[in-house]
Amino acid sequence: MTAITTAAPVAAETSRNLTRTLLIGLLLVAAALPFLVGKSGFISNFTFLQLSLMIVYAIAVLGLNLLTGFNGQISLGHGAFFAVGAYTAAILIEHYGVNYWLTLPAAALICFVIGYLFGLPALRLEGHYLALATFGLAIAVPQMLKYKHLEPLTNGVMGINLLKPDAPFGLPLSGDQWMYLVVLVVAVAMFWMARNLLNSRPGRAMVAIRDHTLAAGTMGIDTSRYKATVFGISALYVGVAGALHAIIFEFVSPDSFRFELSIAILVGAVVGGVASLPGAVIGGIFVQFIEKYADAMTKKLTQAIHLPLELQPWTLYGITLIVLIYVMPGGIAGGLAALWARLRRHKGG
Amino acid sequence: MAPLLEISSLRAYYGATEALHGLSFSIAQGGITTLLGANGAGKTTTLRAISGLVRREGSIVFDGRPIDKMATEDITRLGVAHVPEGRGTFVGLSVEENLKIASYGRRDKSGVRRDLDLVFTYFPRLKERIAQQAGTLSGGEQQMLAISRALMLGPRLMLLDEPSFGLAPLIVQEIFQIMRRINEEAGVSMLLVEQNAALALNLAENAYVLETGTVVMAGPSAELKNDEGIRKSYLGY
Repeated sequence: MTAITTAAPVAAETSRNLTRTLLIGLLLVAAALPFLVGKSGFISNFTFLQLSLMIVYAIAVLGLNLLTGFNGQISLGHGAFFAVGAYTAAILIEHYGVNYWLTLPAAALICFVIGYLFGLPALRLEGHYLALATFGLAIAVPQMLKYKHLEPLTNGVMGINLLKPDAPFGLPLSGDQWMYLVVLVVAVAMFWMARNLLNSRPGRAMVAIRDHTLAAGTMGIDTSRYKATVFGISALYVGVAGALHAIIFEFVSPDSFRFELSIAILVGAVVGGVASLPGAVIGGIFVQFIEKYADAMTKKLTQAIHLPLELQPWTLYGITLIVLIYVMPGGIAGGLAALWARLRRHKGG
Repeated sequence: MAPLLEISSLRAYYGATEALHGLSFSIAQGGITTLLGANGAGKTTTLRAISGLVRREGSIVFDGRPIDKMATEDITRLGVAHVPEGRGTFVGLSVEENLKIASYGRRDKSGVRRDLDLVFTYFPRLKERIAQQAGTLSGGEQQMLAISRALMLGPRLMLLDEPSFGLAPLIVQEIFQIMRRINEEAGVSMLLVEQNAALALNLAENAYVLETGTVVMAGPSAELKNDEGIRKSYLGY
């Protein structure tokens, strides 16, 4: 009995250390990538942009995950906060000549405040009703960005064109390579903060509210204030992602942030794995990958297997989604974890 | 001695529907009181009204302080611990984290440690399961956890909403024995809501019978046990 109880934590410790070493190694390789490739063109600037977008979506999915996965509040409207973050960055850079680094905390602050204020009345809403209210937000924000009297700032339906910043200090990197590094560093910082939050008292209170709101209240937790604050933090994350998106994509317009974006973020969260940090990374990859390749792959598939009927562009996306949800109800992260546990049991006998 | 909890003309609402229609009763210091009644009589609502979990009107005085306008978290801090219907387990947290959640509002660190030890003397089984995810505990263990969590608030009054619900008779007996010990040894007063009237009348000194949101009968448990109406309606003999 004693042998088992002492051996288990040691094994867990070893596995934790291994994971950490792997993670740090992977991040170092990712950070070294632009320097190794340099201007050789071995990995194109376009690919670096794609990688950056994946990371940006991972931050957004993480933001929604904090709200939905860890606090039990659903949102069908987080694209709105993405838009607000993107426009905050674009307007500050275009009209006020603000350094792009500084637009990130600005977008964070503005989105936190808007998210918190939206979260307050949303406290009265649960489940379906909250989903609908947030959906309204996703519909309204792109329209508001087109509003005539805001045009001097937003440039209306035309949107705002930006210029990608160059690499500083004469670093031998292209703009895309440099911004990839920026995005990577911001993402690491934000995941690290999320992990610390979740391992703290407020993080456990968030989960308690998700699991049983009434019981959390009887434990002395101010559930209303917590829920509104988590809404704000969640919006903050998505806002920073939006700001990064504006900078690396060099363009914002109302139609870049239609309600499909909100759905894409939610799908990313669910497919990646709700209430999982690695799941947010997988979700980000999924959002970007599917957006880019579902269309092309559907066409290829249609040709490859000589289908008699013509598949619509999003068919493969739909099929993938249905299969994933059936096969891995806990998302890809949950599915992988279950698989891993099974393999280890097998090995352990 | 002044009562620990005194309730008069208490009304409670779910939306526009009035669920309690001017309830009055009181609880003595140190004792166990039970609320009996059929489904929908307002037992759970009464506990929720005391904890501020539903909209309510009327007067609720706890230990000389009016608490009828207070928020749930403040009432909790005064020493009223609510063990909710259905246990309210935080399934995604470990047993230890479930217990620690309760102590977040407390500043007396040594008191928290003492109460944790106390919890483990009452429920040694939880100590064995300390690192286990709470959602994987059995029903009985989850009820033990719910009571333990309430104990971690350092309460003077515990509101227990059907602690026997869905549990095997043997486990129920064990839990009720421990509740008696907590009452006697730790001096925690209790207000117990139960479907199982025989069980409740054996544990409690005093009882109130609710019917559609009002008190229809009150008295020492021993007397109520012998009342013919009570026997027929609630004890079934």
